Amino acid sequence: MVLLRHTPEEVAERKALMINPAKTCQPIGAMYAALGIHGCLPHSHGSQGCCAYHRSTLTRHYKEPISAATSSFTEGASVFGGQANLVQAINNIFTVYEPEVIAVHTTCLSETIGDDLKQIFDKATKSGKVPEGKTLIGAPTPSYVGSHVTGFSNMVKAMAQLAEHGKKKSGKVNVIPGWVEPCDMAEIKRMAVLVGVDITLFPDTSGVLDGPLTGEYTMFPKGGVTIDELKKAGSAIGTLALGEWCSADAARWLDSKCKVPCSILDMPFGLAATDRFIDVLRTVAGVPVPESVAFERGQLVDMISDMHQYLYGKRVAIWGDPDQLISMCEFLVSLDMQPVYVVTGTPGKKFEKRIKEICDGKGFDVKVKAKGDMFLMHQWIKNDPVDLLIGNTYGKYIARDEDIPLLRWGFPILDRQGHQYFPTVGYKGGLRLLEKMLGLLLDRKDRDDPERTFELVL
Amino acid sequence: MAKTKKLVQMEAADVKDELLAKYPPKVARKRAKQIMINEATESEAPPEILANVRTIPGIITMRGCTYAGCKGVIMGPTRDIVNITHGPIGCGFYSWLTRRNQTEPGPDGDNYMPYCFSTDMQDQDIIFGGEKKLEAAIQEAYDLLHPKGICVFATCPVGLIGDDIHAVCRKMKEKFGDCNVFAFSCEGYKGVSQSAGHHIANNQVFSHLVGEDKEQPEGEYKINLLGEYNIGGDGFEIDRILKKCGITNLATFSGNSSYDQFARAQHADLSCVMCHRSINYVADMLETKYGIPWIKVNFIGAKSTAKSLRKIGEYFGDPKLIDRIEEVIAEEMPAVEEAIADVLPRTEGKTAMMFVGGSRAHHYQDLFEEMGMKTLSAGYEFAHRDDYEGRHVIPNLTVDADSRNIEEIEVEADPELYEPRKTPDEIKKLEEAGYEFKHYEGLNAQMDKGTIVIDDLNQYEAEKLVELLKPDVFCAGIKEKYSIQKCGVPMKQLHSYDSGGPYAGFKGAVNFYNEIDRLVNSKVWSYMKAPWQENPELTATFVWE
Repeated sequence: MVLLRHTPEEVAERKALMINPAKTCQPIGAMYAALGIHGCLPHSHGSQGCCAYHRSTLTRHYKEPISAATSSFTEGASVFGGQANLVQAINNIFTVYEPEVIAVHTTCLSETIGDDLKQIFDKATKSGKVPEGKTLIGAPTPSYVGSHVTGFSNMVKAMAQLAEHGKKKSGKVNVIPGWVEPCDMAEIKRMAVLVGVDITLFPDTSGVLDGPLTGEYTMFPKGGVTIDELKKAGSAIGTLALGEWCSADAARWLDSKCKVPCSILDMPFGLAATDRFIDVLRTVAGVPVPESVAFERGQLVDMISDMHQYLYGKRVAIWGDPDQLISMCEFLVSLDMQPVYVVTGTPGKKFEKRIKEICDGKGFDVKVKAKGDMFLMHQWIKNDPVDLLIGNTYGKYIARDEDIPLLRWGFPILDRQGHQYFPTVGYKGGLRLLEKMLGLLLDRKDRDDPERTFELVL
Repeated sequence: MAKTKKLVQMEAADVKDELLAKYPPKVARKRAKQIMINEATESEAPPEILANVRTIPGIITMRGCTYAGCKGVIMGPTRDIVNITHGPIGCGFYSWLTRRNQTEPGPDGDNYMPYCFSTDMQDQDIIFGGEKKLEAAIQEAYDLLHPKGICVFATCPVGLIGDDIHAVCRKMKEKFGDCNVFAFSCEGYKGVSQSAGHHIANNQVFSHLVGEDKEQPEGEYKINLLGEYNIGGDGFEIDRILKKCGITNLATFSGNSSYDQFARAQHADLSCVMCHRSINYVADMLETKYGIPWIKVNFIGAKSTAKSLRKIGEYFGDPKLIDRIEEVIAEEMPAVEEAIADVLPRTEGKTAMMFVGGSRAHHYQDLFEEMGMKTLSAGYEFAHRDDYEGRHVIPNLTVDADSRNIEEIEVEADPELYEPRKTPDEIKKLEEAGYEFKHYEGLNAQMDKGTIVIDDLNQYEAEKLVELLKPDVFCAGIKEKYSIQKCGVPMKQLHSYDSGGPYAGFKGAVNFYNEIDRLVNSKVWSYMKAPWQENPELTATFVWE
């Protein structure tokens, strides 16, 4: 049985046809980011299918209720503009669901007809549709620009724009984690507590998208960054933006408008990126790093040294989002593994350059493509196979066809659990990534070794 | 928000009032017409229900869009047509392998279903037009795969910028000569729900594909199966049963379907309609153009399956077929009865709610009935009034602006291929004996009096319904799943079935009984509260000896 039987080995250049994308569209990222605000109902300004698709995909990935409303455009709104729909929606949402915040993102439909969110918000406010103390935020997220990562970034920037320029510094540090799992956000907060730095994390989906089953449904769980905290983000002593693609825009805005200095770092996946995160965090806050952090770090280094023989020289194909891929490739290289094929659907020349820098001089050639797709990556694999795949669930077709183990990591993961609960950021996350990779590689060895070399002790 | 406490003896009217209480007046007025208490009024007929109307902005709906209905539902399950989404990447991405349509391409068969094809429109395509890119994409797909057919689906911005996708497709079809290329103007904003997309898809398949294959296929009793999408393998089970009976299914629209199946559909002698909503008009068109009569069938539920098979047997009227069908039913039913006997003590008297698509909220009631379970409330996500009230209301349906946007194709008897399968006398004779052609009585007729029928249910009302009437199982889609389950009520997806299936036919019925038994009797729903939450008062102090 071959699932992707029509994928030929021969690579022919395609200029117009995208096959098996390694990205999706902006609004889903905006919706996910908005869920990281406390008491927020995301709202999709466009036709209702977008909202349905985004909710479905986020639900399948997080296995949690994803509430979001839509302007439900029909043909009339598409011709005459969506103002009436959005004003009516704002009124209905505040009346029926009573959120603290509505975070509106646009779609390719409302962007193409040119709806101006700011003007519609003014109209809604002036006509009394926004109750006292409630907040509207908005982000432009045209689907024909960038990717889901861009949408995430745009909504995070809209969150940052709530910040008020405070003359008196709060002593807190803003941390913008980028598109990571709720458990990763919790882990970043735990690391900050360990180091002893008081942070404002935004967005923060922990406590929102990893809720317990109790017999009671609440549309707005306890987690998430509050509007008040976002307002005070302008008084922070600094901002750490984790990931150029997901987080830098918001951080730079805070820097220029509120004079909160920012550092743009990589997402803290793996040893070196986590080291830099901790190091910058303690520098910004002016605190010493406690022994407990060095202890966790040492455990990761220990596991790398213990199992290096099984990682050394292993060829990896990896696809996903730029910020995640950069740190992960750096981690793989640091393990003496070889990320030979690296593909993201998200555009960005800088990405290709960065990956090449990370892999340069390490004894292997890397094929890297931004605006690439998984069809191309599969063709590369067919021509010269790899030992391990790292990426989202859609890779399982390649994994099965080519008989290569797949480490599910990234977005979306539709067919496995665990990504919501077990972080992959930080030193602890590094341990988990290593454990999963080793499990896959050693299971493969145990399956494939002939009888005479099949051994109990590995 | 909602706490799940069961209110016993709640009157339907009170439930309705509760559902509407929090809405702004305008919303409440509209929703009041879409929430119907299923009981006879003075005129001895249940009241009308408002359906197929616009979704209220800001109200968290269960609905999707026209593109989802067209590309996702209807064309998604066709294995050997290359489906290219013309638009930004999202629409293609989300409709990529997410509906659990299964397919069996055979050892050498073409299967493009694991692939997602998109023109991935960028801002310059929106500004300068996307026709050139579409043309190039079709060419690249053709060069790469040489498929029998390429279909193109318009997303929202394509309609706005005015790309003439049909012209591009005509041009490419002519250029290739050996590949049928056609397009669907299924922009998401058209119509009010997925239903518009089904209509657009079906019309184009009927216009561009059905009837192409002139060669008479083999088979003694030839049917088409309309409105079956092979979710979780339903179509496989139905095909197994049909084959066992000696009935030839020429074309399924569109589960496990292929290009060639559609192309030969006009040779069938009977059309059997499963999902009335998604496809009833195709059955009408097949009759008008080719003379193929149609009947409503239902292969969900063991008894319904038996009934539907007998109905097909009666139509052909051949004792050989009728006997064979009885043999098959006799062979299949013992396993079903054994399964019912097993689950019944655990399912009888339990209650269900169903808010799904266009016919599933109706069909699955048969399965629940077989398990002794009662449906407290049900409704459709994208139905029209006839799906609730029966086909006799079709002449009275008002055509509004949103429906007018969806093309209605005029069909006439084909001068060469029209061939009435039965003489008017034969039809009349069957009808006098109680046989019902093109008949569907709708959902309401099956629901008990005093139950609540709700069109286009939304998240708020779902949560309220569960709070007020606490069913033992709630059936809807993935978006609803976890909010319902957080309330402590198991949720079964009936769009794509979560995991599991098939649920059609005899074996499917057994699967469903076991699945519902598992859900309503799972221990997990008793774990909601920790011991210290059940008994929070400290009445004594534990003293270590």
